[in-house]
Amino acid sequence: MIDVKNITKRYNGTVVVDGVSLSLPAGGVISLIGPNGAGKSTLLSIVSRLLPMTSGTVMVDGLDVTTTPGEVLARRLSILRQDNQIMSRLTVEDLVAFGRYPHSKGRLTEADRGHIAKALRYLDLEPLSGRFLDELSGGQRQRAFIAMVLCQDTEYILLDEPLNNLDVKHAVAMMKLFRRTADEFGKTIVLVLHDINFASCYSDRIVAMRDGRVVHQGPPEVIITPDVIRDVYGVEAQVMENAGQRIALYYQ
Amino acid sequence: MKPLPIATLPLATLGIGLLAVWSLFVGVSDVSLAALFGGAPDQATQVLLVSRLPRTLALILAGAAMAVSGLLLQMLVRNRFVEPSTAGTAESAIFGMMMVSLLAPEMPVFGRMAVASLCALAGTGLFLAILRQVPLRSPLVVPLVGIMLGGVITAMTEFIAFRQDLIQSVRGWETGDFSAILLGRYELLWLSAALTGVAYLAADRFTVAGMGRDVATNLGIDHRKVMALGLVIVSMTTAAVIATCGMIPFLGLIVPNVVSLVRGDNMRGSLPWVALMGAGLVLACDIAGRLVIHPYEIPIGTMMGVIGSALFLYLLLRRNGHAG
Repeated sequence: MIDVKNITKRYNGTVVVDGVSLSLPAGGVISLIGPNGAGKSTLLSIVSRLLPMTSGTVMVDGLDVTTTPGEVLARRLSILRQDNQIMSRLTVEDLVAFGRYPHSKGRLTEADRGHIAKALRYLDLEPLSGRFLDELSGGQRQRAFIAMVLCQDTEYILLDEPLNNLDVKHAVAMMKLFRRTADEFGKTIVLVLHDINFASCYSDRIVAMRDGRVVHQGPPEVIITPDVIRDVYGVEAQVMENAGQRIALYYQ
Repeated sequence: MKPLPIATLPLATLGIGLLAVWSLFVGVSDVSLAALFGGAPDQATQVLLVSRLPRTLALILAGAAMAVSGLLLQMLVRNRFVEPSTAGTAESAIFGMMMVSLLAPEMPVFGRMAVASLCALAGTGLFLAILRQVPLRSPLVVPLVGIMLGGVITAMTEFIAFRQDLIQSVRGWETGDFSAILLGRYELLWLSAALTGVAYLAADRFTVAGMGRDVATNLGIDHRKVMALGLVIVSMTTAAVIATCGMIPFLGLIVPNVVSLVRGDNMRGSLPWVALMGAGLVLACDIAGRLVIHPYEIPIGTMMGVIGSALFLYLLLRRNGHAG
């Protein structure tokens, strides 16, 4: 369980995250949605100890993220931020293999190799495994980063806008993969998503933020409603139901 | 481009070995197999053991160490265009050497190197601190900042050196030259070889650090510790090389870039290549410098400057599309 208590983050007097308390039970897909500047990415970075908080605490399975050794946390929680500017010329396979670093410390075992092969296969990267990252398209690179994080095989997987740069086909495949990872392997996947319909169709739970605060949370049928969408984004939306899934139309 | 198979590493080692043997037999004094086993064996053996062998070893050790230092700095700063002489490291080390000559001229060479290392560390730290304050709109801004910082430090060094009549020593540290290497005057370089070994042991950590702080943190690596370890290795290596034979420009820039193009940046695989190619390039430049105006010599700093700047321009233009 991820337990967020009273997290506040201030940058030079500007409050970006404003006293957020949130408790995310283990297992399932959780989506963080909200307008630009709502503090979603900042919150995700604080939970994953990439950013220090101004005040508050984050506990992951009872471990305080600010005091737990980094290598211990790295076996329990993984994070991928959205702007990964890696200038290193690594092959896709090398990058994915580094996902095993917290477990293997660089000495890959047979089990590690199995994880690497599986991650490459799941993300459709086998034909690209020997290519250097700087020779790939943005979408292929994004898939390689996600393969690295999945290869880390942690209980909690935090991803900031994982659908960035992906075409429709790969975006759908990616969301299905997250769903499957949560259902078959019991992982907890926390996503920051901009597309509320992907959030609606694939999440067990949606957390909506605005102005640094959590304003709504609950299952998709509670969050994907015209009232909540108006409150969170300030736009008028129609919500349609199709085969049990709720789709918001806000294009007009 | 696929990485080359590992089998070529022994081949490259053999090539460097041949260069090293050649280096042993190039020079004014007659050291040939005939001389060693025939005519005047004592004198030839003496020259070989006291001058040629130390010189060749120094070339290999310094070349490998400086090339690896460049690679380390590039990973830590995450910029392809930095090396000890474009990051304020070398200039600060020279400042340290000069201050020791001025204030404690009796200090043994190890002490000099220690002071130079500390200065190099402080200078590189200052470089990184400036980088944090400057908006980096282009990857080329980073080495420009380093070159400017180096210029300021060099100005300070030369101002003091000029007043204290130390300009000649300063020039010696600024221009790499192996002609004065003798037995007993190069052993400091074994320390930089050991530091290169440490860098190899921590290669995975440096590769991860090269992916940035966030990725490193995610993988459970203490980015600050890796950064500190890398900077200490680079500073000590640079100081050891400058104290022994003077600065070799461009080496740390060209070799890691060429190796990166062919082998990529996974340091466990690329570091042996960088070390090997560094040693090879320095050996080749030194041999060329000894042959061009035989029986006189062109210092390696000058040779590297000519060959290195041409190669560097080529790399810049070639990489321009996806530099960074």
